[in-house]
Amino acid sequence: MDAAATTTRDAFEPTEYHQAKSSQGEIIEIKDFNLWYGQAQALHDVNMTIEKGMVTALIGPSGCGKSTLLRCLNRMNDLIDNLKIKGRMTMDGMDIYAPGVDVIGLRKRMGMVFQKPNPFPKSIFENVVYPLRVDGVRDRRELEEACRRSLEAAALWDEVKERLEDNALGLSGGQQQRLCIARAIASDPDVLLMDEPCSALDPIATSRIEELIDELRGTYTIIIVTHNMQQAARISQNTAFMYLGRLIEYGQTEVMFTSPFQRRTQDYVTGRFG
Amino acid sequence: MTVIEPKGPEVPAKRPRRAHAAELSAFGEPFLWAHGGALAIGIVLIIGFLVLVLWNGIATFWPRPVAVVTLEDGSLVAGEPSRTEPFRPGPELLSSLSETQRQTVAAADGWAERRLYRIGNYDLYNEDFRWIADYAVARVDYPPEMVFVERLEWGPFVGMVQALAVGGETRTAASLRPGELQSELAKAQDRWQRIRHIERSLIGAVNHEMERERLAVRRAILDHGAGSPAALAAQAAAERRMKPLEERYQALAAEARAIKDADAAVTITLADVGGRDKTMPLSQVVRIYAANDLSLIEKLGVYVSRWWEFLSEEPREANTEGGVFPAIFGTFAMTLLMVIVVAPFGVITALYLREYAKQGRLVSIVRISVNNLAGVPSIVYGVFGLGFFAYILGGSIDDLFYPERLPSPTFGTGGLLWASLTLALLTVPVVIVATEEALAAVPRSMREGSLACGASKWQTIRNIVLPRAMPGILTGLILAMARGAGEVAPLMLVGVVKLAPELPIDGYFPYVHLERSFMHLGFHIYDVGFQSRNSEAGKPMVFVTTLLLIGLVAAMNATAIVIRNRLKRKFAVGHF
Repeated sequence: MDAAATTTRDAFEPTEYHQAKSSQGEIIEIKDFNLWYGQAQALHDVNMTIEKGMVTALIGPSGCGKSTLLRCLNRMNDLIDNLKIKGRMTMDGMDIYAPGVDVIGLRKRMGMVFQKPNPFPKSIFENVVYPLRVDGVRDRRELEEACRRSLEAAALWDEVKERLEDNALGLSGGQQQRLCIARAIASDPDVLLMDEPCSALDPIATSRIEELIDELRGTYTIIIVTHNMQQAARISQNTAFMYLGRLIEYGQTEVMFTSPFQRRTQDYVTGRFG
Repeated sequence: MTVIEPKGPEVPAKRPRRAHAAELSAFGEPFLWAHGGALAIGIVLIIGFLVLVLWNGIATFWPRPVAVVTLEDGSLVAGEPSRTEPFRPGPELLSSLSETQRQTVAAADGWAERRLYRIGNYDLYNEDFRWIADYAVARVDYPPEMVFVERLEWGPFVGMVQALAVGGETRTAASLRPGELQSELAKAQDRWQRIRHIERSLIGAVNHEMERERLAVRRAILDHGAGSPAALAAQAAAERRMKPLEERYQALAAEARAIKDADAAVTITLADVGGRDKTMPLSQVVRIYAANDLSLIEKLGVYVSRWWEFLSEEPREANTEGGVFPAIFGTFAMTLLMVIVVAPFGVITALYLREYAKQGRLVSIVRISVNNLAGVPSIVYGVFGLGFFAYILGGSIDDLFYPERLPSPTFGTGGLLWASLTLALLTVPVVIVATEEALAAVPRSMREGSLACGASKWQTIRNIVLPRAMPGILTGLILAMARGAGEVAPLMLVGVVKLAPELPIDGYFPYVHLERSFMHLGFHIYDVGFQSRNSEAGKPMVFVTTLLLIGLVAAMNATAIVIRNRLKRKFAVGHF
């Protein structure tokens, strides 16, 4: 596609309409963020702010860097060798990449749900309370309380309350993913990062997860990477469109899907490429 | 005949289709026979080996009949017949044969058959086995009065019971009541056990205490110098304590003598078919049975009692007879100790290599080196173990903690501990490689899931990675165990001996004696098969011991496999 023909406005400037809707303020700010895997640059000068209590969707074709961006937020990319970053990412004003930052504490504030359900080969109960266990919580009552609260929030409690001691691997795929959501919110984080949480699920399980995301909105700030544009349109308030490692456009979901500023965004959301 | 060409629209020329017959590999499986054949050869070899060991091992203890062979020259030979083989009599032997015998041999193209008899009576004839050529045999009988006697010394006796003397009263074989011999034998063995108990356990305990006193004095002399007040005091104290010990020793020795005297009064007189007889204390007899007059139940009884003796007793007669209990115990203890050492060591090393070390050239070199360590000849490990563990480490331990026992070494020579450590070193590459693979096979999503929950790296390893990798780690340990339990060469240098009736665990403080040398089934096989004076007598023991070693290794592996499968089931619940 002809990149030169479009206007170049990489950074998003919130519309007035959007600013009016934003009530709770910002929680995450990304400034001039660049990332290289070895020699290959995967993110180019990404600038965006995430609003508190909203669902923000990251969309874009495969390999555009949306998952990379998401995994930078809780520093999951630290596991990768030969990674280089430049730029700033802050959460509530705290620099995520400052030297000496408490990565474990950071991850406790950001629950994460992965593409494929990844429950641990333990009982359902132990899966949900795992974040508390690693925090050193021993009190059985507290653990049970957290387990119940998280499972209820993840809309799984009624299905599993009779068999909390069963192995979590015995659950269905959709149940496993909701279990992973319950696990992610068990430590009561501020932000919930979701990396294509429905891509391995069937339509019914997907719709249950989407309902769940809707219910969790407000309590948690949710950032969701998705391939599915309908899903982004259905569940998110803000949408960011990424392409080739650049943030092309970022704005309120309705605007993005009806009258985007960028040609490429329009082409993508209408299915002309991607 | 004319061929009518089909007329139709011109078809554009296509690439000719591949003819299937041209290329076998295109549609067939040309190497299927080779694959299957290779597998079949392997299976046949393994099954053949197992059947050989099983058959020989299981049949060894079955009581066999005793044949009395009348030779052409009128002399008699009695023994258990065993295998036959064809042989070619030399010219010298031929010239000594009679005319008819020579004709028999000549009729078979100069070949003859001969049979091996276990004639026993080593003390009378200086041989245990004898080959008898078929042409020399006039008659073979199985008289019911022939007995097979297993003795504590000189191997078996084959012959007849002539008389039994109990306290000066002599009974001939004919006047013995049925069962009287067996009941007297049981009593005699009881006496023998009591003598042994007094000599080994009770007097052993007294000796142990005396040795302790002696060492205490020597320690005091070493610490404070000879003639110093402390040393003199220790000496006086030791002498004071030695007195009652000395008395106890005398009392025990007298008691043992008394039983021995009583025992010497009960003797059995055996006669062999050649007319020579032999009188000995009845307690020297381990087992006596009328070989040609046994019912199936009695045969089973002999069979089971021989197996029990084999499994629970100590060896005698240069290991060719008796049991192998110390060797079973030694093998088991050594393997267990090895696993206890190698498991944490290997797993921790692999964890560092896989989880913490930055993957790069250095780690690759380390990994290749570890893999190559598995290929170093095991005897090299034996030499290293002797030099480093026994002489350097053990020597230092002796200098520091047991100076009073020098110059006789305590830890400064081969022993159970050093053998286990040497084998641990030998098998650690196997564990490292298997553990590394198991760790690498843990899905990345599991680790990420745990890290995303705010777990530290160690918590992730401890709670998620290690449990998940445990079946693979156990597989590595099973391989290591199989290799370690079957290893003999390095052990000969670091602590395995031909005979070590003293087990590494006993009732004397500190109860576990890891410095002691020990017996090992693998070495026992080598020793019995190739180092004993009588390899023919040792051969069945080789098979039985091999069977036992295979059984022991299989049992230990089966245990580990059961544990592993139980773990595996935990992770194998269906996904989706």
